[in-house]
Amino acid sequence: MNVASRLFSLILLVAAWYAGSEIAGPRMLPGPQTVGFALWAEAQSGALAFHLGATLARVAVAFVIAMAIGTALGVWMGRSRLADRLADPWLVALLNLPALVIIVLAYVWAGLTETAAIIAVALNKLPNATVTVREGARSLDRQLDEMAQVFRMNRWMRLRHVLVPQLAPYLAAATRSGLSLVWKIVLIVELLGRPNGVGFEIGIAFQLFDVTRILAYAIAFILVMLAIETFLVQPIERHVSRWRPKAA
Amino acid sequence: MSPAGGPKQLDVSITHKSYRAVSGGSIEVLHDMAFTLKSGTVGALVGPSGCGKTTLLRIITGLDTDYTGTVHLPAHGKLGMVFQEPRLLPWRTVDQNVRLGAPEATDSDLDVLFGVLGLAAHRHHFPGELSLGQARRVALARAFAVKPDLLVLDEPFVSLDAALAKHLQEELAALVTSRHVTTLIVTHSIDEAIGLADRLFLLSASPAHVIAEVPIARPRSPHTPEELAAIRGDIARALGKIGK
Repeated sequence: MNVASRLFSLILLVAAWYAGSEIAGPRMLPGPQTVGFALWAEAQSGALAFHLGATLARVAVAFVIAMAIGTALGVWMGRSRLADRLADPWLVALLNLPALVIIVLAYVWAGLTETAAIIAVALNKLPNATVTVREGARSLDRQLDEMAQVFRMNRWMRLRHVLVPQLAPYLAAATRSGLSLVWKIVLIVELLGRPNGVGFEIGIAFQLFDVTRILAYAIAFILVMLAIETFLVQPIERHVSRWRPKAA
Repeated sequence: MSPAGGPKQLDVSITHKSYRAVSGGSIEVLHDMAFTLKSGTVGALVGPSGCGKTTLLRIITGLDTDYTGTVHLPAHGKLGMVFQEPRLLPWRTVDQNVRLGAPEATDSDLDVLFGVLGLAAHRHHFPGELSLGQARRVALARAFAVKPDLLVLDEPFVSLDAALAKHLQEELAALVTSRHVTTLIVTHSIDEAIGLADRLFLLSASPAHVIAEVPIARPRSPHTPEELAAIRGDIARALGKIGK
């Protein structure tokens, strides 16, 4: 039933796409089979793998940096009132700074380099991760902390067995919203100042008004992110929440 | 086994401990609280609820360092503690919970402990799958697995039904007897204290101090009704003297 309804919804989407392309004409909205062939051609030439790889690498590096710093900052702010008061205005400023402003400034200050691109993306994701993890750190159980202290658990044990499991739902939420945010921003960064990647390719296609190629790359990337969600994020989430009593 | 020069017994001498009240000012919880617990014996702190027993345990276990006075832990000061709530890690199995509290415990140590406490079938369950009584047993297993120099129990049988509390109390008595662990137990039940301890420390109302010590002649063995009556008489006399 579940699979069937999802499949029906997907078929409806493709049908609507097909109908739309009939109405708007193949130049404005090429049909599914045209885009499918373009996707296949790009895959055959190796261009698809190259650009997808470049983009995914940027997503991965920026995501890891943002999550690591954001988690550390979030835990610190969640546990210390002074830290929260000191860092909160910075966080609000960063949260409300448009992504485009951060990207342009990074390129102006650090040049059109890979480092500037990664920093710009990571800075865009950082406040979002910090705010989510701070919420988690605020709800940490002091009683378990005391238990760990009385039983003389070392720092590593406390981190791994007491702190991280409590933060797991918040880390999962930050990961989920983070991945989709990061890849969208990586595309803009590539469009504005990198010589490769899906964003760069879409930029070229835009100049040529090549809607087919734009859709082909977009679909390829959506498929990759869907695979990451299904085969990486969800299994990890299931594993870390295996101890929770199942709902009847 | 004890280090050269290290005291073997538990020495507590807290002259003063107070809390800052929400409304301003301070509330004194402990005043001239002093007692000594000999190595290998069980002491029971008995007193009215709210008299500062939990605060005293927090100081002894090092969770609260804001007080005036001294606390000397026996030998190396290795602690095993059973809190009022089981305080298990919900995301780790029973077995992992015990091992995390006592990384040095061997497999055979744990086999014995899980056997004695009737937990062998639950080793790979998560705490969410246990009843409160079972979770309390796991907390006991964790505290004993440490092979502590001092075992501290804060009302470990509270909110269990009477039969189960009695049963767990007997298991605890057997463990304490066979292992000679210096043990400090807080309780508001005189019966529980008489059933477990070598020595009762009777506490006053807040600010708490020890008002009398009552030794138990044959600790952790069945008492006849006459003996029980005699012990209760001792306690009443000790409390009565203070009243005058």
